[in-house]
Amino acid sequence: MAAETLQSTSPRTETGKLMSGAEMLLECLVREGVDCFFGYPGGVTIPFYDALYDHHIRHVLVRHEENAVFAAEGFARATGKVGVCCATSGPGATNLVTGLVDAMMDSIPIVAISGQVHSKLIGSDAFQEADTFGITRPATKHNFMVKTLQELPQIVHEAFYIAASGRPGPVLVDIPKDVFQARGHYAPVDTIHLPGYKVFTEGHTGQIRRAAQLIWEAERPFVYAGGGIIAANAAPELKEFVELVDVPAVCTLMALGGLASNHPNFVSMPGMHGSYAANMGMTDCDLLIALGTRFDDRVTGQLSTFARHARVIHVDIDPAEVGKNRTPDIPIVGDVKRVLQKLNRVLHELAPEAAPKKSEARRKWRAQLREWKEERPYDRGHLDEEIRPQHLMDEIDRLSNGQAIVTSDVGQHQMWAAQLIGFNEPRLWINSGGLGAMGFGVPAAMGAQMARPDKLVFAICGDGGFQMAIPELATIASQGLPVKIIIMNNGYLGMVRQWQTLFYNNRLSAVTLDCFPDAEKLASAYGFAGRTIEKPHELTKALQEAIAYPGPYLLNVKVSPEENVYPMVPAGGSISEMVFGPPQPVTV
Amino acid sequence: MLLTISILLENKPGALLRVTGVLSARGYNIETLTVAKTIDPELSRMTIGVEVEDRLRSQVVKQMNKLINVLQATDLTDAPAVIREMILLRVRCDQNTRTAVLKEAEIFHARVVDSSTEGFALEATGDPEKLDEFVAIMRSYGEIEVTRSGGVAMSLEGKKIRLQPPVALNEVGQTASPAQRTL
Repeated sequence: MAAETLQSTSPRTETGKLMSGAEMLLECLVREGVDCFFGYPGGVTIPFYDALYDHHIRHVLVRHEENAVFAAEGFARATGKVGVCCATSGPGATNLVTGLVDAMMDSIPIVAISGQVHSKLIGSDAFQEADTFGITRPATKHNFMVKTLQELPQIVHEAFYIAASGRPGPVLVDIPKDVFQARGHYAPVDTIHLPGYKVFTEGHTGQIRRAAQLIWEAERPFVYAGGGIIAANAAPELKEFVELVDVPAVCTLMALGGLASNHPNFVSMPGMHGSYAANMGMTDCDLLIALGTRFDDRVTGQLSTFARHARVIHVDIDPAEVGKNRTPDIPIVGDVKRVLQKLNRVLHELAPEAAPKKSEARRKWRAQLREWKEERPYDRGHLDEEIRPQHLMDEIDRLSNGQAIVTSDVGQHQMWAAQLIGFNEPRLWINSGGLGAMGFGVPAAMGAQMARPDKLVFAICGDGGFQMAIPELATIASQGLPVKIIIMNNGYLGMVRQWQTLFYNNRLSAVTLDCFPDAEKLASAYGFAGRTIEKPHELTKALQEAIAYPGPYLLNVKVSPEENVYPMVPAGGSISEMVFGPPQPVTV
Repeated sequence: MLLTISILLENKPGALLRVTGVLSARGYNIETLTVAKTIDPELSRMTIGVEVEDRLRSQVVKQMNKLINVLQATDLTDAPAVIREMILLRVRCDQNTRTAVLKEAEIFHARVVDSSTEGFALEATGDPEKLDEFVAIMRSYGEIEVTRSGGVAMSLEGKKIRLQPPVALNEVGQTASPAQRTL
C-alpha cells in the first residue's frame, strides 16, 4: 500500500529500483560509507535483519544495546567517522539511552537506528512499544520518527549530516516495522535541506586578527585545548600554533593526544585531577587561549577564581558554549581547525614585528612552567611489595610508548591513566568524559579495535566498571578482537571510596567489591587467556605476555586498595588550591 | 525576569517539545505559550513567556537557536515589539450592576459575546497588563471565570532571517563505494 502512495506522489521515484524500506536503509548506509555497525535485533527489526542477511555491510552482534552505542562511540572516536548502532523497539531502544547521552556529552557523531512497532499500533501500548522519539529527544542532538517509506532515505541522510557536522552528536532514527517492510522505488537523495540548522565554521576574520594581536602582546599566554581539537581533526593546526607562538598548552581529558604528550610545550591535563603545573598555568596566565572546549566544571573548579588575571580568547563551534561559563574577551564562533588555520596565517604576518617585543617575559613564563612541572610532577612511585595503580599506568605508558589506543571506564583508574599514559596522536585516548559512564571501556575498545585492527588496544577498567561490561567478553571472543583488558583491581568503587575517605570521615558505604571472578577462569570460559597478578615483579612480564598473546587477554591486576588520586581539587574549590595527599593526622 | 521569546520554527511533530524542553530541562516554568501556523504552512510562530534567571537569559535563547527545527529564536523582552493577548471572561452580575459592567467593558474595548440573565461573557484583547486590570475590575462586580490566550508578540524591527541553503549530498556523505568486509 505504501508503495502505491509513494508512486502517485513522487513521480521521480518511479524510475528507481523497487525495494523494501529495510533495503533502502542499507543503501543509504552504504552511501554514507558505513561498512560496519553494532546492534541487537528484536521483533520489529526482523525485516531489517532479514535484508542484512545477504548484504555486505558487517554487523557486530553485541550482548546489550547500551554497549552497541558505546562500541559505535569507540569506532567513531578512533576514526572520526560516524558510528552506527541499531536496536529494536521498547527495551532495545531504552537501553540505548545511556550511550546516546554519553555521545551527546562528549560530542561524538553517532547514528542510532531504533525499530518501532507497526504505525497502526503506535500509541496503543503494543508489545515492546516505548515512546522512543519522546524518550530520546533530550538525549540526542536531534531525532526523527520515520512515518512513510517515501521520507526514509531523506531522513537517514539528514541524520548523518546532523551527526557529523557542526558540533557532532548522536542522532536517532526511529523506524516502524511497516516502513521496513513497505516496498517502493528507491531514488538516491541528492540534496538535503535543513533551513534551521546553522553551522558556523569560518570564524570572524576581524576577531581572529584581534586575537592574533592579543596573543603577541601577552606575557604569559596559555593554551587550554579541548575535545574540539580532536573532533575537528585540528591536531596539526594546534601543533603549528603552539610552536609558532612557543606557548605552553594543556589538553583536557577529552583532548589528550590533541597535542602529543611528548611535545615540549605540552604541560598535561588540567582540572580536578590535573597536574600542579597545568592548574598553576591556568591560574597565573595573562591570556587564556581556549580552543574547542567548554569550560567544564571539572576543569575550571570555582569559576570566580578561574584564570582570574587572564583575558580569554574562546574558539568554539557551538555558539551556546561561548560565554556560557566564562565571558570571553574575544569570542570566536567557528570550526577550531579553520579558525586556527586563519589565526596561524595572521600570527605569521604579525610575527616579525610583534614576536620579539615580549620575548623576555615569555621566556620567564616558560621557565616558570618548567619549574612547576619539576616541583610537583605526577606521582609514578613504585613499591616492592604491592603494585601501586600508578605503577601499573606507568608501565602501560612505557610499553605503549604513546602509540596504543587506550579506552577507560570511569573513576580512579581513568584519572591515573589520563595522568600517566602518554598519547602522541589524537584518537588514541577514548573515555567517557562528560557523562562518566561506567562500563564504557570494554565495548568502546571493541569498537576501536574493529575500526583500527592494526592498533594495540588496551581497555583499562576498574573492577567495578568491568563488571558492568562482562557480557561483551562474548562479543570480543566471537569477533576475535585482540583487545587487552587490564583491570585495575582495588576491590573498591575507588573514586567513591576516595571521596568517602576524604570528605565523609572514611565512612565507607556500599563501595566494597568483595567478590570478583577468577580472571583466568573467566577468560577461559570465553575461550581466551587471562590471569591475575599482585606482585610488582610480575607486572612487566604479565603486560608483555598480554600484548604478545594473539587474541583477547584479560589481565587482572590487584593493586594497593587504599591509593587516592592526587593532585585533587576538592569540588567547588579553586584549581590553584590542590591537595597533594591525605590530610595529615593532627597531633595534639 | 519574565522573558518574552518569539520563535519561528518548522511545523513538525515534536518541534514544540524541543523548544519547551530547553526550558523544562532547566526547571523553568512556562507562564504563557502560544503557537500557530504562519502564512507559510510549513512554519509556526511561537511566543513564550517564561521566568528565567538573568544570567541564563542569553544561554536559553542560544540553546533554542541550536535546535534543528528552529529557524530563529529572538528575545523580545527589551526589544521594540508589540505583545497582545486575548481574554474570554464570564462575569455574574445582577440587574443592578449590568449597566455598569457594560460601561466598564466598553472602556476596555471588550465585546459582549454572550448575554444572559446570569451575566455576560466578554471578549477583550490588549496588552497583558491591561487585561490584568480588566480582570481585577470585573472581579469587583461578581464571580468571574477567565480564559486567557497567552501573549502573542511581534517584533517591530525588520530582522532578516538567514535560512540555510540546501546541501548537496556528495559534499557531506560518501560516494557509494563497496565497503570492505575485512575491516
